[in-house]
Amino acid sequence: MMKPQNARGVPLKDEDLKVGKVLTTEWRVKADYAWDCGIAIGRYFDGLKEGKILATRCRRCRRTVVPPRIFCEWCFKPMDEWVEVRDTGRVNTFSVSYFSWDMTPLEKPEVPAVVEIDGCSPGVGFMHLLGEVGDNLDEILRRVKVGMKVRAVWKPADQRTGAITDILYFKPEEE
Amino acid sequence: MERVAVLGAGMTRFMRRAQETGKELAWEAARMALDEAGLTLKDVECVALVSAPDAFDGVHMKGEYLADGAGATRKPFMRSFVGGGSGVFAIIHGWYHVASGHFDTCLVVAEEKMSSTMPHPQAAFNTIYDQFTERPLGVNLLWIFALEMNRYMQVHKIPLETIAQVSVKNKLNGLDHPCHQEGITPGPDLTVKDVLDSEIMVWPVHRLMVSPVTDGAAALVLASERVAKRMTDKPVWIEGVGWHLDSSYWTNRDLYYPKYVEYAARMAYRMAGITDPRKEIHVVEPYDPFAYKELHHLEGLLLADKGEAPRLLEKGVFNRDGELPSCPSGGLLGVGNPIAAAGTMKVAEIFWQLRGEAGARQVARPVKRGLAQAWGDLMQVGTVVVLGR
Ligand SMILES: [Zn+2]
Repeated sequence: MMKPQNARGVPLKDEDLKVGKVLTTEWRVKADYAWDCGIAIGRYFDGLKEGKILATRCRRCRRTVVPPRIFCEWCFKPMDEWVEVRDTGRVNTFSVSYFSWDMTPLEKPEVPAVVEIDGCSPGVGFMHLLGEVGDNLDEILRRVKVGMKVRAVWKPADQRTGAITDILYFKPEEE
Repeated sequence: MERVAVLGAGMTRFMRRAQETGKELAWEAARMALDEAGLTLKDVECVALVSAPDAFDGVHMKGEYLADGAGATRKPFMRSFVGGGSGVFAIIHGWYHVASGHFDTCLVVAEEKMSSTMPHPQAAFNTIYDQFTERPLGVNLLWIFALEMNRYMQVHKIPLETIAQVSVKNKLNGLDHPCHQEGITPGPDLTVKDVLDSEIMVWPVHRLMVSPVTDGAAALVLASERVAKRMTDKPVWIEGVGWHLDSSYWTNRDLYYPKYVEYAARMAYRMAGITDPRKEIHVVEPYDPFAYKELHHLEGLLLADKGEAPRLLEKGVFNRDGELPSCPSGGLLGVGNPIAAAGTMKVAEIFWQLRGEAGARQVARPVKRGLAQAWGDLMQVGTVVVLGR
């Protein structure tokens, strides 16, 4: 005897929907949002607009973190201070994406990475994109290494809006 | 605290697109579990349900929507959700109901219908990321798992070929599962080369290293010792449960090791009185939505040293005839990945393995105790159950 026995379910093919073999009902969600950035991210984004990366520090836990928060989730006390950290760092990990956010194939791949930011505690960083590292996988894998030094490439000051995209990407930096 | 047994398990076929609605899928799985337990809905005192984001279905209050199909009409009913970790969280949640002494039976139902999101559920996944610092970058789900996979490979110098071996093992195992999703395994002669030659989606993740989008449901019937002794002469007991959540600031922690899975496992081992899991766990179903995750989780579960799981895999330790068979069901890579139901399928597999009812999937070694684990959210939750007979 092998369980499960006589499991049920009727598999359909995409084609079955298209040709109307089974009936469907459609619906489109209309849902727009505007989020207040809050206290910590609000100030973080003010900093980005000025070309600065701001972090918060908990003295008790000896931790400097980005993205900044007003509380320390470890000791659950208010953060003690805001500090400006560098706009350089090291690649903690990276990947090479051939698909957009909604799974549309991309001709030129994107290179997401976690960048450990200089001035933050070891291992602390944020996710962003790498740029100026090549257009195809071979080139990207030849040029990007875990641990390599990178620097933020900023939008021109008059085009910044106070958003994470005020940093266009991080590019390799000579050691 | 009452002792809690699993009396029956059920599931639907796993399918890319099911004709059945979520309610209908839930009912099919629940009905099979009840039949196997020899109980009817009248005997069910409460219902515990898991299902992933409402956005997949475009149905808000999905728990309530599914409740009729889950057998919860006019019964105490509770839905829980921890992303991909939900499928194993489901049995923990059900265990509470019975262990508390409040109920003698609990029907646990896990349902997922991902195909309703058009054209692809990926766009619904996008809403799990931080709306200020991550979403504007155009992130998709594969990005962050590719980041975690690369970190794991870099720290331990793991070759991509070894990761591809996980896909081959699980996809071939899945061919023996009657519910496996059609086309999930290209063929019985699948090789590591085929996996490496499959399309690169987000390097280092290739298409055959990712579980597919799936519709399906799974269910379990839990009972107190009093009921279990009356219903069966081969009860399977819930010996340990554990769960743990880490920070959603995932770029502030080193992804090479899932510490939260270790904490969840330690909690379950402590409850089960397990001091040497490598000797005392005989079969394991770690969560494998991506090929690297099985190895990553085996390490988090303390069933391999950090960085050692790839070597044990190469030695065949995790094969069905190995010392510690892992994912004998075929897992998410070989059966399918209906998010919340996938973990419950793993619990069902351990249940059938312990009863010696897995047929062609039955592992070679004798098994008295097994473990199922799931994982999810922003690479931050671990859920673990230890079953024994
Ligand atoms: Zn602190």
